[in-house]
Amino acid sequence: MTLVTTLRSDARGALDPRAIRRDFPIFERNPGLVFLDSGASAQKPAAVIDGVADYYRSDYANVHRGVYRLSARSTELYEGAREKVRRFLNAADASEIVFVRNATEGINLVAQSWGATFLEPGDEVLITVMEHHANIVPWQLLRDRVGLKLVVAPIDATGGLDMAAFEKLLSPRTKLVAVTQLSNVTGAILPVESIVRLAHARGAKVLLDGCQAAPRLPVDVQALDCDFYVFSGHKTYGPTGIGVLYGKKAVLDTMPPWQGGGDMILEVTFEKTTFQEPPHRFEAGTPDISGAIGLGIALDYLASLGRDAVFEHEAALTGYGVDRLSTMPGVHLLGAGQQRLAILSVHVDGIHPHDLATVLDQHKVAIRAGHHCAQPFMDRLGLAATARASLGVYNDESDVDAFVDALKAAQRMFNVAP
Amino acid sequence: MDLRDLYQDIILDHGQHPRNFRKQAEPSHFANGHNPLCGDRVTVYVTLDGERIKDVSFEGRGCAISQASASLMTEILKDKTLGEASTLFKGFHAKVTGAAAAATPEALADDMERLEPLTGVKAYPARVKCATLAWHAFEAALKSGAVGATIKTE
Repeated sequence: MTLVTTLRSDARGALDPRAIRRDFPIFERNPGLVFLDSGASAQKPAAVIDGVADYYRSDYANVHRGVYRLSARSTELYEGAREKVRRFLNAADASEIVFVRNATEGINLVAQSWGATFLEPGDEVLITVMEHHANIVPWQLLRDRVGLKLVVAPIDATGGLDMAAFEKLLSPRTKLVAVTQLSNVTGAILPVESIVRLAHARGAKVLLDGCQAAPRLPVDVQALDCDFYVFSGHKTYGPTGIGVLYGKKAVLDTMPPWQGGGDMILEVTFEKTTFQEPPHRFEAGTPDISGAIGLGIALDYLASLGRDAVFEHEAALTGYGVDRLSTMPGVHLLGAGQQRLAILSVHVDGIHPHDLATVLDQHKVAIRAGHHCAQPFMDRLGLAATARASLGVYNDESDVDAFVDALKAAQRMFNVAP
Repeated sequence: MDLRDLYQDIILDHGQHPRNFRKQAEPSHFANGHNPLCGDRVTVYVTLDGERIKDVSFEGRGCAISQASASLMTEILKDKTLGEASTLFKGFHAKVTGAAAAATPEALADDMERLEPLTGVKAYPARVKCATLAWHAFEAALKSGAVGATIKTE
């Protein structure tokens, strides 16, 4: 069951982080940077940065419009990026990939199009206490519009999802289960295969928030059998401003547009408009063309490293981090249940996370301090904030060591060294 | 910049052992300050006697900077007039943001001096709000009176 432990022994050397760091210009421009905040946003490889610039230099024109060759080329690149995302998620068809601004917009799209169409007063949306605000607030807004009920599944004593409670909370009124695949606060990996099976058995659809999982775990939406899957480009080593909503074709086909404009129509008269098929039905206006192309390059980059190797590398490094942090006096690592990946959240006796982050910054260790956009979860944990280190493909044991050393320095500075 | 300029002993001391850390049962004014960025919360209680601050105290949780700032503020504002308090806040705000400040009146020079250790935050833009949270809550308390108010730093 413990993925992290079983992989630890044989996964060393799955990636070469030193070589990988040379692919990311940020490390050359910021010597000594210990970047442990990929959970908030990942750094960009030169291939993405240069690829976007190159696209603007060589191939730029608007998409889906021009008869001229440049526009056709631009369209090919944009639709090519969609195909790359399809491959990344192993979706059955590229038409199941909708480009959005970010994962947040993907969830809002589902809430406002699918949710507002198919949910009725008294219907239930089941989430977990671990959710990011992006997977809470869109459902609250919808609740206030249609009168549905938002049900929240708890965690167990170890920090994992309480599956027994989750199963009990699934009811005949549950129409949607919307859960994270990997907690951005604790790094808990949720048993999404079981969640999808249980939800489908009761006729509920499932949305998975893959923001933290997509950059780290091989994802196969057909094997998962989820109805919706969202992830953001910028956490997946791509540009900001681009995200992805995957939806099963049979589900997307039933959904009305959520925004109107150019590019999403077949024919417009002042009396009536007919709409494009998915995915274009959901992409009103000129899209983030360069963002999509940059994301495609980022996904190529991850594929070149090997998705399994990326996972094994981060799992091994997570195990190393757990070992080092869990033996530090005065330092408390947030529990993540049976399986944890890439996220190490701590609180330190006598030091507020914000003070910790400032001291760590002085040691060039970049971490996130705060509530991680999961205030209800923090309230449940009884914490105002934590200090969170999150891993990426460029991190190695020296980064974890630097984190540990900086924590010790902070303990000395605040006179709380055990 | 040396981190000890930010975390001077006086800051660590007030941060770990805040003074006037207590609720008032019947304050004439109070307000909650909230920094959504980091989740810091502070409630400032004020009891006025005419134009004079008879008692000022606070409760809350937050980083060393926000707790120390609230603690020092309560020590300094006790027995001041509202006019003096306003002058001190303006002077303090200018110091921590690095803005141009009006000259401090002679009578308040010692108090301004006591706030000096907090001015290290101006080198850490993300932390300025930690230092000013309690002061903003104090100001909001005076405006809202005994009904209370909640202000946010963002």
